[in-house]
Amino acid sequence: MVSDYAAVAVFLLLGIGFVLFNFFLARLLRPSDPTPIKLSTYECGETPVGSGWIQFNVRFYIFALMFVIFDVETVFLFPWAIAYQSLGLFAFIEMLIFIAILLYGLVYAWRKGLLRWY
Amino acid sequence: MLELDKLVKIVGDAIDAGIRALGLGSAWVMVIQLAIAGLVVVAFAAVMVLFLVWLERKISARMQNRLGPTRVGPAGTIQTIADALKLLQKEDITPKAVDRGVYFWAPIITFVAALAVYVTIPFGEGLIVRDLNIGVLYILSITTFTVIGLLMAGWSSNNKYSLLGGFRSAAQVVSYEVPLALSVIGVIMFTQTLSMLEIVEQQEKFHQWYIWRQPLGFLIFLIAGTAEANRTPFDLPEADSELVAGFVTEYSGMKFAMFFLAEFLNMFTLAAVATTLYFGGWNGPILPSWMWFIAKCMVGVFILMWFRWTYPRLRVDQLMGFAWKTLIPLAFINLILTGVGIHLF
Repeated sequence: MVSDYAAVAVFLLLGIGFVLFNFFLARLLRPSDPTPIKLSTYECGETPVGSGWIQFNVRFYIFALMFVIFDVETVFLFPWAIAYQSLGLFAFIEMLIFIAILLYGLVYAWRKGLLRWY
Repeated sequence: MLELDKLVKIVGDAIDAGIRALGLGSAWVMVIQLAIAGLVVVAFAAVMVLFLVWLERKISARMQNRLGPTRVGPAGTIQTIADALKLLQKEDITPKAVDRGVYFWAPIITFVAALAVYVTIPFGEGLIVRDLNIGVLYILSITTFTVIGLLMAGWSSNNKYSLLGGFRSAAQVVSYEVPLALSVIGVIMFTQTLSMLEIVEQQEKFHQWYIWRQPLGFLIFLIAGTAEANRTPFDLPEADSELVAGFVTEYSGMKFAMFFLAEFLNMFTLAAVATTLYFGGWNGPILPSWMWFIAKCMVGVFILMWFRWTYPRLRVDQLMGFAWKTLIPLAFINLILTGVGIHLF
């Protein structure tokens, strides 16, 4: 069982190895002739204005928070789903209550306008 | 030749015997076997991506009444190999302003996440690297790692287009991850297992395919999966017409190629997972199992390409609104309907 996950480890190492090998191969073949203009940040041919690390829309952050809530919920649903057919009606009703609470949260976020982009 | 599964078994046993003859411990035998299996998968992935890029160019050309690549090889089949060789020789420009460490690791993480999924994809009878007992959960979680790579690429480039592309991709992938997982749970309620192999074995007959019992779930899976793979109409992270190339703007040469490889690999992964969960995996009459699997995947890939060359891109607010206000409620409805259905029948 645990040895199954050795496959995952081997694949991770192999994937990194494959990419590094490609980088190495390209290093042997490609030219390298850096000039200051080549190394400047691309901004459609203009001289870049300020840093690239600008302020961004806070909405991204709110969606990330919402994601954490709902994804944890999904993780809770997985064991429930696997055992669903042996758990009977009680588990179903219990999960309905759980989902209802979370859907109430979604409706709350919706009504508060958190799902609007601007 | 067609009996690939038997061939794999013979070769596997031969390698096994060969390594044992060297007198190494069983742990080493396993690592070497896994490494060989991994190399086969990497080779498969590389060839498949070369083919898919060619296919996409041909299909898009046909849909737009063009010819597509015709010069290099018969019907332009070697075009992508030529392109790959060209990318190999391209100068690798790393702008001065980038965060070097993060910038270097972003394509690696993106590609490794795309590759690691293949540990537990059942290509055919006996053609699975390892049948993990949490297979479905593993696939869902490892595909999400892609977003870390994209975010790293976007942030480290120190470029406004890249940053916006990276953030958009993060917001999009995490938003669509929820309906994707919820739609998969609908299937899990029937299968009562997370093992990919067992899920395939349960769908031996045509009428046992889970698509018949989960039509709404499949629709949600398809839409959310398309968004996860960053394909049009959900390709906002790289939206060429507004963000130049999104998170890959500052990448060139082989580093760019790795993002490209991961993107097309993710598309094939989506088709492969859909085939396994909803369309009976490698089950089918007459032809060998792996041929059925590839054939079903190709139909899925064609549908994804069809989407890309038919639909216009969504606006970013429509995109997020669609995930949270339509897909997630629908996914919950599907889950409840499935629960009621199982109890009634």
